[in-house]
Amino acid sequence: MANHSLSTSGAESRGWLGGVFRNRLVQVGGGLLLLLVVVALTAPLWVKVGWLRDPLQQFPSGLDDDGMPLLADGKFLAGTDNLGRDVFSRVVFGTRVSLTVGVAAMLTATVIGVVMGVVAGFRGGRLDLLLMRFTEMNMTLPAILLAVAFAGVMDGHIVHLHPGALPWHWLDVKLERGMISLFCIIGFVCWPGMVRVVRAQVLSVKEREYILASRALGASDARLIFSHILPNILPTIIITAVMLTASTIMLEAGLGYLGIGVPAPAPTWGSMITDGQPYFITAPHLVIVPGAAIVLTVLAFNLLGQGLQEVLEPKRKG
Amino acid sequence: MLLSFSNRLFWSAVTLLGTAVLTFFLVNAVPGDVARIIAGPKASADVIKAIHAKFHLDEPIWKRLGYHLNSLAHGDLGQSYITDQPVAEAILTRLPATAALSAIAIVLWMLLAVPLGVLTAKYNGTWFDRSVLVLATFSLSLPAFWLARMLQYWLSYKLGWFPVAGFRGFAHLLLPAGTLALLFVGYYARLIHSSMMEVLNSAYVRAARAKGASETAVLFRHGLRNAMIPVVTILGMDVAGLLGGVMFVENVFALPGIGSLAVQSVFNLDVPVIMGTVMFSAVIVVAANLVVDVLYRWIDPRIKTSA
Repeated sequence: MANHSLSTSGAESRGWLGGVFRNRLVQVGGGLLLLLVVVALTAPLWVKVGWLRDPLQQFPSGLDDDGMPLLADGKFLAGTDNLGRDVFSRVVFGTRVSLTVGVAAMLTATVIGVVMGVVAGFRGGRLDLLLMRFTEMNMTLPAILLAVAFAGVMDGHIVHLHPGALPWHWLDVKLERGMISLFCIIGFVCWPGMVRVVRAQVLSVKEREYILASRALGASDARLIFSHILPNILPTIIITAVMLTASTIMLEAGLGYLGIGVPAPAPTWGSMITDGQPYFITAPHLVIVPGAAIVLTVLAFNLLGQGLQEVLEPKRKG
Repeated sequence: MLLSFSNRLFWSAVTLLGTAVLTFFLVNAVPGDVARIIAGPKASADVIKAIHAKFHLDEPIWKRLGYHLNSLAHGDLGQSYITDQPVAEAILTRLPATAALSAIAIVLWMLLAVPLGVLTAKYNGTWFDRSVLVLATFSLSLPAFWLARMLQYWLSYKLGWFPVAGFRGFAHLLLPAGTLALLFVGYYARLIHSSMMEVLNSAYVRAARAKGASETAVLFRHGLRNAMIPVVTILGMDVAGLLGGVMFVENVFALPGIGSLAVQSVFNLDVPVIMGTVMFSAVIVVAANLVVDVLYRWIDPRIKTSA
């Protein structure tokens, strides 16, 4: 252990924020992520200015004489797809879908995970045992298969949550595939990792002297949790959440690839790869470009998470 | 947390039961007539009625859950909507390809990850360690379906080093297994690295150094052997993640395995097959965890059961 803390940058002496920004992995990952976020937010503006094309528009000039997609040239920066749409614009607009679904799913999973982890760790006993077994059960299934199983039932059916005799139709839920159902599904299959991390942290923090002192002074459970425990485990939650976003974005891409992500014609990286596969030999850019976008985005989150972990949690490095 | 073996068996059974109930509700609690899906939109009322009777579709849901669990207990996973083939049979005929692929992949990535993990632990903090870290993070960030396509295009189609697709023997498994190995090697290299770091700082390794043991002996006999204990556990728990990757890789390389079956069933919205593969992976993961649990006690006799 001793070597670990010596070899890290000594963040505490310089203020933790300074240490974070001095870490090379944080610089690269965070910079990349910032770039992606700016691109995602400003993409519609680019279309207005004329730097980007409408991602949904099919250009007659975007297909060759045989009706096949064009390779990258001066006119279409990354070529066109089989419908004559601009691949570069579609990949840029795909950033919006990926980041929205990925971050929303991460938040869903984080809320579930933190609540369950804090309850399990703080309460302990039988409730802890039950929650942890439930968590292990959920870890048993491949996340992608579980997400597929959930997404498979999203076929436009309406579920009536109200008793048959009452006309409470505002309670109806339409099982429809879209961004909202997608991030809920991904969030619901991604929380177990968060629970385990949070629970372990709560267990170690709750026995520290200042918690015991605060408890002895008569602090309520809610006060202990919100003003003492949560602030102390916040770095861990942030690190785990950043790495979790890498997984949620990967899952979104995987579901899109399987044809059960955000429905067409929305430009999603996964579905672009699926649609491009039949043309792979003559137009490999249809697969290469959206795939590279996935790698770049997931890599940004992974590098950022790795860097944050080195600075904020030197003991758990790895 | 380590449980006694009987305790673990009990929780494994509960896990499987939970999965069974979950898959049942996903298939059956959704409104919409399953009979219509099976028979098609033009089927006559008689046919629909017959299908209702055959699959007990008119009975209350708790009764149908009972039938479902009963048939699961008898190894019956239902029938494909598309091909009518029993799902259990479809899975079993595809098991060999998937098992061989996974085994080769695990061997490949361990052969790479062990030396990388040991060496980065020895040279911790050097440029070598940092570059392996970045490469490992890169390998973590590759989507399976994309990497598989890329390797297939460059190594099989362009260079002709491997068969492009299909399954006619060992050679056809090499590139798919290599793809999986590339996807997982980074994670395991880092895992072995951190496990080694912990072990190398322990008292018994310092004692081994003090008595003059050679560096190789320290790294491998004292270090690696102990560092592998948590790695084996994670490997057992990671079977779920591996199956997720296998799914995409088999699909791209057209290997007749369980993964491509799962992907096909998703494309066809063949719900019983989707749920069957979910159920099957649950069984595999639970079994893998049990095996690891036994191995664990065998590798590290200090571990005593807590309950």
